[in-house]
Amino acid sequence: MQHTTLILVLLALMALAYHLGRRRARAVAGAGGVRSLHSLPGYYGLYAAIWCGLPALLVFGVWTLLQDTVITSLVVSGLPESVRALPEARLGLVVNDIRNLAEGNIVSGTVDARMQAAADHYTSLERISWAALAVVVLSLAGAGMALAWRLISPALRSRNRVEAVVRYLLVTSSTIAIFTTVGILLSVLFEAARFFQMVPPSEFLFGLDWSPQMAIREDQVGSSGAFGAIPLFAGTLLISLIAMAVAVPVGLMSAIYLAEYAGRRFRSIAKPVLEILAGIPTVVYGFFAALTVAPLIRDNGALLGLDVSPESALAAGLVMGIMIIPFVSSLSDDVINAVPQAMRDASYGVGATQSETIRQVILPAALPGIVGGILLAVSRAIGETMIVVMAAGLSANLTANPLESVTTVTVQIVTLLVGDQEFDSPKTLAAFALGLLLFAVTLVLNVIALHVVRKYREQYE
Amino acid sequence: MTPIDRVNASLRRRYARERRFRRFGLGAVILGLSFVSMLFISIAGKGYGAFQQTFIELEVEFSEALLDPDGGRDRGILSRADYDGLVKAALRERFPEVTRRGDKRRLYRIASSGAGMQLRERVLADPGVIGTSARVWVSADDDIDMLFKGRIDRNLPEAERRVDDQTIAWVDRLREQGAIRTQFNRAFFTNGDSREPELAGIGGAIMGSLYTLMVTLALSFPIGVAAALYLEEFAPKNRWTDLIEVNINNLAAVPSIVFGLLGLAVFINFFGLPRSAPLVGGLVLTLMTLPTIIIASRAALKAVPPSIREAALGVGASKMQVVFHHVLPLAMPGMLTGTIIGMAQALGESAPLLMIGMVAFIVDIPGGPLDPSTVLPVQIFLWADSPERAFVERTSAAIMVLLGFLILMNLLAVILRKRLERRW
Repeated sequence: MQHTTLILVLLALMALAYHLGRRRARAVAGAGGVRSLHSLPGYYGLYAAIWCGLPALLVFGVWTLLQDTVITSLVVSGLPESVRALPEARLGLVVNDIRNLAEGNIVSGTVDARMQAAADHYTSLERISWAALAVVVLSLAGAGMALAWRLISPALRSRNRVEAVVRYLLVTSSTIAIFTTVGILLSVLFEAARFFQMVPPSEFLFGLDWSPQMAIREDQVGSSGAFGAIPLFAGTLLISLIAMAVAVPVGLMSAIYLAEYAGRRFRSIAKPVLEILAGIPTVVYGFFAALTVAPLIRDNGALLGLDVSPESALAAGLVMGIMIIPFVSSLSDDVINAVPQAMRDASYGVGATQSETIRQVILPAALPGIVGGILLAVSRAIGETMIVVMAAGLSANLTANPLESVTTVTVQIVTLLVGDQEFDSPKTLAAFALGLLLFAVTLVLNVIALHVVRKYREQYE
Repeated sequence: MTPIDRVNASLRRRYARERRFRRFGLGAVILGLSFVSMLFISIAGKGYGAFQQTFIELEVEFSEALLDPDGGRDRGILSRADYDGLVKAALRERFPEVTRRGDKRRLYRIASSGAGMQLRERVLADPGVIGTSARVWVSADDDIDMLFKGRIDRNLPEAERRVDDQTIAWVDRLREQGAIRTQFNRAFFTNGDSREPELAGIGGAIMGSLYTLMVTLALSFPIGVAAALYLEEFAPKNRWTDLIEVNINNLAAVPSIVFGLLGLAVFINFFGLPRSAPLVGGLVLTLMTLPTIIIASRAALKAVPPSIREAALGVGASKMQVVFHHVLPLAMPGMLTGTIIGMAQALGESAPLLMIGMVAFIVDIPGGPLDPSTVLPVQIFLWADSPERAFVERTSAAIMVLLGFLILMNLLAVILRKRLERRW
């Protein structure tokens, strides 16, 4: 809350600076009036506001980001030797306790005098940091305002200066996409590398056994934990296959029907209604799969004398397929519509029926685009999380039977990372290794798909 | 056989094939449409009941000796008094023939465990009721709620039912006396989460979603628009801008859960931001929705005809003035539409938020973007896991609320597009 106040004060100062800058510009213009200025007075105001706000805001941002780390390390270095020698995880717990104590929350362990002292130290450091931040930020703002006041003269090219700053802001915004990609790569790579120090990549990629539970005590049964990811890949593949088996025929056929056969009115109603499916949150599909489709499949299976698991791959795959239908159909619709009318007319001209034209002329011409769309849909199926978390199982079965329960890469990432984590156990880090794999596979699929789609589009334009 | 004979001979077969193909197409469309209706019907059919809640009428005696023995009307004492005792006494009074201990315990279970709290609120709001007795409607237990709404089959053997015969007899007695009824379930919209279905509400989740979306909007709209402006209006065509473009297109297709991993590793572990906070959720969703907003904004900028720019340049505006005074206002409707659609996506997203700890069980309603909270889709996920029958109903109702919000946002986007977008 203190920080919000500071920001509000800073914003008020910037408004003041704008006002003062404009007044100052009119004052220095003298007898010639506004015409003797290089830029309009408003630009002088903006110039002053930027000098007042920008450095202060930058300092504020960096300070807030680093404050926590710096204070924690200061507090830790003030702790007695015996505590500092603890392993990283235990030390983290101690630091957490100190922080909770300082904020007046409930503490897990017993509070002794040393802890209390450390907590007081923490609180006092926090207070000092806050006071210093306020002083630095406000004096920077004041100094900036004074500097701008002195710099403003009729010859100052304030419009160009302001526009240069705005341009930098625009450039910075556009690089966020790159920073995001780099951030994803670094965060996943870094943790995955730590995982591969504990578990060799060959075991991870080719092992047939997945049971990431690590024992808490040494003497527990099954304490080692196994990280062979093949069952996860198989499960992901199985569910994605079922999904595509639903989505591709239905999506493609409805795209063909809507593009080639349907009347205008039918199309204008059916297409948006189908696209509703794309806007429904995945958690809703997950609920639908787990509570409606899975029991339905199980009851019908029981009638046929089949033993269907309550978390069958079939239920998750079916519903995922429903989710992907609009994806396939709208992408196919686009490419089918992009096929030139002349090709249809030529085909009709030699006597082909409509379906023959579609099968032998339009589909082959649209094939690259359709394949690209399907690849995008596959990448979406592989990365889909909520449906499988809610409707697929947790046990890593290596099976091709869609009536059994399988688990997927995304399900495992969620189960490994939800709840308490310790960042030095392979169990937690395995999630990042899986994430790296997921990111790499979907990236490759996307790049190929986008390339195919783009290349195809150029052909007919 | 001349060629025309051969063609004529095969015509019947070819026409049959044509009809079959056409029917397949129509069948696919109808299948797709029936999936949509199945989804909506199944959810609405399960969830409509949750907007009504069963209440029981009790004759409660707000006895002064029990609530406020000193007579000081001190709020501290009043808020700690034994209100559950009042509920129990009132239930005993309504069914005086119940005397055995086990039966009494089952009788007490008719009322919700939150009934005492409801009486407490009433007393704290108006201490004048102390010493009087009044007829009060309190929430029924979730099993009674299900029974009264007819969701529990009375014909099942007693052992397979969640409600035993004795309790059914009590509920029927209440019904005869007109002391049990359903009314609008206000608590569902105002309460936070709870382990008891009859007390659980989506108020906390809606506030969490609101804060998360506010953070997302505040960050992603300006950044997205600025990025689109740069790429469309200023950027030179070179390797660097190509790289940015490829990146944006790829990010649009990265699985959402990977963004959750990023949020966990960078925002929580590296920068030490608090877990479960809407602030972190908003940051992650910002990164996720940015590609959508940038792509939509660029399309809107592209649609502004170059003549506008040339005219402004011709009367002496600088490049920056052209963009900010003329192009941006004209492209704004399209950008807003894209932003609303991006926000709708963000509202429905749950997978990355699981990674950053927004799945905790949180009873309090968050009061700011740094308070631990959950969001509507994650609340649905949490409730979907609960075994109680009544939670199924509530989950479906929460889904209906979520879908309602999404439909509203999309309608708004459509209206905005129709009303404000200009075609040149």
